[in-house]
Amino acid sequence: MDTEKIIITEKLTKRFADFVAVDAISFFVNKGEIFGFLGANGAGKTTAMRMLCGLSKPTAGKATIAGFDIYRQTEKIKKNIGYMSQKFSLYEDLTVKENIRFYGGIYGKSNIFIKEKAALLLHQLKLEKEADKLVGDLPLGWKQKLAFSVAIFHEPQLVFLDEPTGGVDPVTRREFWNMIYEASERGITIFVTTHYMDEAEYCSRVAIMVDGRIEALDTPEVLKSTYTATTMDDVFLQLARKAQRSELG
Amino acid sequence: MKQFISFVKKEFLHILRDTKTLLILLGMPIALIMIFGFALTTEVKNSKFAVLDFSKDAATEEIINELNASRYFDLVAALHTYQDIEAIFHKGKAKMIIVFPPSFKSDLQHFNTAPVQIIADASDPNVATTLTGYATTIIMDYQKRVTHDRKLPHTINTQVRMLYNPQMKGTYSFVPGVISMILMLVCTMMTAITVVREKETGTMEVLLVSPVQPIKVILAKAVPYLLISIVNIISILLLSVFVLDVPIRGSLILLLSESILFTITCLSFGLLISTLTDSQQMAMFISLTGLFLPTLMLSGFLFPIENMPMVLQVVSNIVPARWYYQIVRAVMIKGLPLITVWKETFILTGMTVFLLMASLKNFKTRLA
Repeated sequence: MDTEKIIITEKLTKRFADFVAVDAISFFVNKGEIFGFLGANGAGKTTAMRMLCGLSKPTAGKATIAGFDIYRQTEKIKKNIGYMSQKFSLYEDLTVKENIRFYGGIYGKSNIFIKEKAALLLHQLKLEKEADKLVGDLPLGWKQKLAFSVAIFHEPQLVFLDEPTGGVDPVTRREFWNMIYEASERGITIFVTTHYMDEAEYCSRVAIMVDGRIEALDTPEVLKSTYTATTMDDVFLQLARKAQRSELG
Repeated sequence: MKQFISFVKKEFLHILRDTKTLLILLGMPIALIMIFGFALTTEVKNSKFAVLDFSKDAATEEIINELNASRYFDLVAALHTYQDIEAIFHKGKAKMIIVFPPSFKSDLQHFNTAPVQIIADASDPNVATTLTGYATTIIMDYQKRVTHDRKLPHTINTQVRMLYNPQMKGTYSFVPGVISMILMLVCTMMTAITVVREKETGTMEVLLVSPVQPIKVILAKAVPYLLISIVNIISILLLSVFVLDVPIRGSLILLLSESILFTITCLSFGLLISTLTDSQQMAMFISLTGLFLPTLMLSGFLFPIENMPMVLQVVSNIVPARWYYQIVRAVMIKGLPLITVWKETFILTGMTVFLLMASLKNFKTRLA
C-alpha cells in the first residue's frame, strides 16, 4: 500500500437510474497536495466528492481513502477526514464557541483539547470578541472562514471542501486561500471543488471533469502548456466545450 | 457516549435559544386544559326557557318553579299565545318552551294523564337533545312525587348510577384527550421539524460525514422532546387534579409509564416523517393532516368510535392515540390496573417498534 497516496480511485462510478453522474473515474491524490476538482455545474464533481466522503454509495469501482476501503471501512475514514459542504454548515442559532465545542465533541475530542484549540482558533481568526455571539449574526466571509476552521478542528489527514468560496467577496476569498495554504503546510491534504478558475491556479494539481469523466489532470502549468493557454480559464473553456450534457445544477 | 452528550447538549441549546417556541410548547398544554376544562363544556347550564301556560294551576306552577330552580334552566318569559313561540325563538331569547294545555291539573287528577309539550330550538341538535332530556327528567320527578300519594298497581322504578363520573363532567373525557393531543403535537411535529431543519440547512451532511452513528444523531434529537413531554404530562395531570377536580384513580406510575410509551410512539412517528420529507413545511403538513387530525377525529376523544361507519372504525385501529386514549381513561378515570389494558399496551408497543424500525431503515437507505 502506497502511503503517500491518500486517495486512490479505480473506475469509480455512480449511476442514478439510467443517468451516469460519475463515469468510471480513476485518479489519485498525494498526501499534502492541494487537489483542485473542476467542472461545470452538473459535471459530477459534487457526486464524486460525496462518494469519497461516504455520503453516497458508489455503483461500481474501487476507492481507498487514507488506506481505508470506502465500502467496508467508512467508520475509519470518517475519523480521518473533514468536510465543508456547499451550504453553510454551522448552526446559526448557536454561538461561535458552542459550534466549535459541538464539532469538537462529536469527533470525540477531550474537553482540554477543545478548550485550548478553540482559544487558538479564535485568536487566529481574530474572533475573540465574537466568541459568544450567534454565528447567524456574523458576516458571510467570517462564517466561511469559521466553517473551514471547524472542518479541520479535529486535525484530519484530509479535508473535502465543496465550493467553499461561493458568494464570497474577492478579498475574503484571498484570505480563505491563505488559510487553505496554512492548513496544507501543517500537513492536511486539501481536496477542493470550485468553478472559479483563478482558484485553480492556486492548486498543486487540478482535475477537470466533463460529463462525469476526468478530461484532464495535471499541474496548472502543464495543463496550460498542453492546451497552449495563458490562463486556466482558457484550458477549462476548451475542455468544457466538448460537454454534451446540459446544465443540471 | 461523549459524542452523544455533546449532541444532546446542542439540541437543548437549540430549544432554549428559541424561547418563543419553548414557551408555546410548555404553555400550550396549560392553555388547552383551561379551554377544554372551562370553555368547551358540553354541560348545559342556565339555559333560557319560556312557558306557555294555558292552565295556570298549582301543578303547572310547581313544575315551572322546579325547572327554574334547577341549575340547567332559567325562566325568561311567560307567553300568552302560540304566535309568541315563533317570535321568541326568532329573537333567540329562549332555547326551549314548555306548553301546558288548559286544565292540566284536573286532567291529571281525573283522567290520570295529562300532556306537556316541550318545544326546543334544534338548530343546535346536541343542546336541544340535552335540554329536552333534562326537562323530561324534572317533569318525571314531579310525577313520581304525585303518584306516590296513590299506589299504582304496577310501577317500574329505574335507578341510574353514573359510574366513575357521577356528576357527568365533560372534563373527565377531555383530560385524556388533551394529553394525547399535546404529546402528538410536541413529539411528532417537533421531532420531524428539527431533523428536517438540519437537512434544509445542510448541517445534516456534515453530521453524516462525522464519525457519529446516524442512530445517535436521531436519538439525541428525541431526548429533549421526551423531557419536555414529561414536563407537559406532569403539568396536565397537576392541573386536572387540582384545578379541574379530575381524580387519578389508578396507579400514577402506570399512568406515567404508559404516557412515556406513547411519547416514544409519537417520537418514532416524527422520526419516520423526517426521513420521508426534505422541507420543514412538508414535515409540518404531514404531521398535521396525517396525524393531528386523525388523532382528533378518530381517537374517540371527540366522537365515539362506536358511532362511526365501519370503514372509519377500522381505520381508527391504526391511530396510536386511540389506544393511548383508552389506556388513560381506564387507568386515570376508572382506576384499572395494567392487566386490563395489556392489549392496548401491547398494540402501542408493537406500533412503536414498527415505526422505529421503519424510520431507521428509511434513514439508512436515504444515504445510499
